[in-house]
Amino acid sequence: MKHLYIFFSLIILINTIIPSFGQQVKKAENGVFLLKNATLHTVSSSTYIGDILLKDGIIAEIGKSVSNPPNAKVIDCTGKHIYPGLIDSGSRLGLVEIDAVSLTNDFDEHGDFVPHMKALIAVNPNAVAIPVTRVNGVTTVFAKPDGGTFPGTGALIDLFGYSPEQMTCGSERVIMRFPSTGRRGRWDRRTDEDVKKDAEKALKNINDIWSIAVQYMKMDSASKADNQKWCTNNPQMMALLPIVKGEQPLFIEVNSKNDIESALEWVSDKKLKAVFTGVAEGWRVADKIAKANIPVITGPILNTPRRDNDRYDASYTNPSKMAKAGIKVALRTDNAENTRNLPFNAAFAAAYGMGIENALRSVTLTPAEIFGVADKYGSLDKGKVANIIVADGDPFETKTKIEKLFIRGWSIPLESRQTLLYDEFLQRTPGIK
Amino acid sequence: MNRLTIVLAVIMPVLLNAQNVLIKNGTVLTITKGVKENSDILVTNGKIARIDKNISAPNGTSIIDATGMFVMPGIIDAHSHIALDVVNEATNPVTAEVNVGDALDPLDVSIYRALAGGVTATHAMHGSANAVGGQCETIKLRYGTVNPDELRMEGAPRTIKFALGENPIRVHGEGNKIMPNTRMGVEQVFRNAFSEAQLYMKDWDDYKKGLRKSSPEYNLRNETMADILKGNIIIHCHSYRADEILMLMRVLKDYNINRICFQHVNEGFKVAPELAAFGAGASVFADWWAYKFEVYYSTAYNAAILTRNGVVTSINSDSEELIRHLYHEAAKTQRYGDLTDDEALALITINPAKQLGIDKRVGSLEVGKDADIAIFKGHPLSVYAVPQKTLVDGQVRFDIEKDPDDTRIDINPNEKYSTFYETERNYENSGCLRGISEMLMQESYAKFMRFKYSQNHTH
Repeated sequence: MKHLYIFFSLIILINTIIPSFGQQVKKAENGVFLLKNATLHTVSSSTYIGDILLKDGIIAEIGKSVSNPPNAKVIDCTGKHIYPGLIDSGSRLGLVEIDAVSLTNDFDEHGDFVPHMKALIAVNPNAVAIPVTRVNGVTTVFAKPDGGTFPGTGALIDLFGYSPEQMTCGSERVIMRFPSTGRRGRWDRRTDEDVKKDAEKALKNINDIWSIAVQYMKMDSASKADNQKWCTNNPQMMALLPIVKGEQPLFIEVNSKNDIESALEWVSDKKLKAVFTGVAEGWRVADKIAKANIPVITGPILNTPRRDNDRYDASYTNPSKMAKAGIKVALRTDNAENTRNLPFNAAFAAAYGMGIENALRSVTLTPAEIFGVADKYGSLDKGKVANIIVADGDPFETKTKIEKLFIRGWSIPLESRQTLLYDEFLQRTPGIK
Repeated sequence: MNRLTIVLAVIMPVLLNAQNVLIKNGTVLTITKGVKENSDILVTNGKIARIDKNISAPNGTSIIDATGMFVMPGIIDAHSHIALDVVNEATNPVTAEVNVGDALDPLDVSIYRALAGGVTATHAMHGSANAVGGQCETIKLRYGTVNPDELRMEGAPRTIKFALGENPIRVHGEGNKIMPNTRMGVEQVFRNAFSEAQLYMKDWDDYKKGLRKSSPEYNLRNETMADILKGNIIIHCHSYRADEILMLMRVLKDYNINRICFQHVNEGFKVAPELAAFGAGASVFADWWAYKFEVYYSTAYNAAILTRNGVVTSINSDSEELIRHLYHEAAKTQRYGDLTDDEALALITINPAKQLGIDKRVGSLEVGKDADIAIFKGHPLSVYAVPQKTLVDGQVRFDIEKDPDDTRIDINPNEKYSTFYETERNYENSGCLRGISEMLMQESYAKFMRFKYSQNHTH
């Protein structure tokens, strides 16, 4: 008995020691994966128990029973839940490493009119926060510039890859921050009149920009029609071309009730596809937004109400009130390092009126639609990009563990600097002496 | 006014507020004595009188039906700046003489919003601009009163804010060009302040013993530092890096001080054995990190590592946003480190109570304790939990069924809507550097305006 005990102790010891010799950094693994007997939360259709085959970076097959190709790695997922990877529709992830260290901030270029600043150029594929984010099931984010009136062009990226080319989802969007009549913070002590004047001036500014952009488009089209080479160096206006042509939506950041109403008016007389972002007070004018048929990206949901006289749960209930009015709603964290809290933001929206199913859609298929990539992202469907999370339960629930993660068909190790610090320090050696 | 009326005037509000309540048939999460299914809690005069099954309501007792609900002790936030007019007396690296208790703001709507998240008590703290900041005030969220004194938790031990690292260095070294400009300087600020207080105490001792004829000059700063040396004040120290945490423990050992709770303490996990051996507490964020360099090497597993190493650990908010869902913040330790339900809930109840020295009064559901109680639909560690009612001293201060749209106490009748803020009220404007960041923002805004002005007038 004693020998048996020593024998088992030795085995345990060897098992713990050996992997640490020459231990390598865990790498992502590519291949053909067949995940069997999982509860498949497809989002696009029903939820059922079945199999899913990942091959060449896409969902090659999905169904109640998928046959096993010869080279597939079969993973039994009995009792597990599979969801499409979660999409954060607005984040600074990859564009900032440490908030207070300005030289690590790459989201705010000088200049008020810089729509040609492309997030995809500055996204750091090796940002420490990226693995921290994806191990919570967030596989895709819209990394966006922020700052001036036209702070730049954001990019939808997958959270795995070593270059922008490997990460991009092929969807980039120009951002405009609508002139605000709100306060920038408690320190903002402009008079009401000055606030109004500043907003009017800013509105004139965007109107001027818009009319120049329309002129620019006409000149551009005319020169192309004449088959002339139009010699121009106006990257700002070039960036706005797809917007004024109506080929691409303009993301308009707007938050307060009055500003949303002004933005609706501004949009109404233009040939323009718009998506409203932020929309903190969307609930106050939900019917009007719904009538204008403008999709909304809102968040963070875990946020204080923006006015002192608002109900304590105003930000929790905002998405559900907008959704109930018929608005297409996607969610965002508007964060950087804690973009990992997207599932919890969605959960609060769910708990405060939206329901789990709709909240799940608002971080999967709805953003895919808004970003024009619903043919590739947002649900478990054959042919879509294999961004998949395997969890022991509902990925919104706090204690749920994400057990496997696939991005573009690669099996991603569930490791980040934060988990490595846990491994190192749970039982620190040496201890106190 | 005779003495009796004065006494009555002080006692009456307390008597009026004293409540008799029976909370029926809930799942009672006592924290210290396990989970009691289908149980009742009888509250008499604002205290928990009984916890049992099928208690019948005595006359004059209001009844709350908690069938299908979870009943837990009111949440305690060991690091908060709500209900304060000002936070930072950023004029000197040592300002032990000031007290945020002199600047309580009972009208702050954040108090109501915290109640709506099940919070019943907070540690209203001075900011982190100074190495030795001001004294703090442990308050109960008796929202509805306009009297600042009614917020104070009577009998709670005195506490004081210390701060290490970037904030005091930024404000005094970089800002005012005085010590501390480095972590070496921060250490000396503490040693100097304690040593001066020792000399001050000796002068008074000598005077009392008749060894000197004239009394020393009374100095409130030294008086306060002396009270720390005597063990009458608990230190709550803003800290991040492991090395500076070790530094302060070394200093405290030299001065024979042992009552300390480290705040934020993002790298506490690296020195968890040392913290446990010292008997220091740790009050941490669930997952905040990377907002400045000294929190870059953080991990959301911090609370779990500290707990498993035997450190009395709490999760705090330092934010008027996070304070509204501390139950969710505590639950994150189950994703990051597998804490049990009791361990996770202790992080926001009995543990912060211990750190504030009020655990005999609050922090668990036990007979004799204050009836500070939060009632949830759904288990409070579930992300879908929704707080229903919050009681402070047996009085319902938040009730989701009677929650009004506008919960302000001070309403400006000329305003249809109150001001809209573009930025969320996040840690930058509500946290430890409140006042300072406002000052910096105002400066940069003023610079911006000056720039614009000069532009307008040069052509």
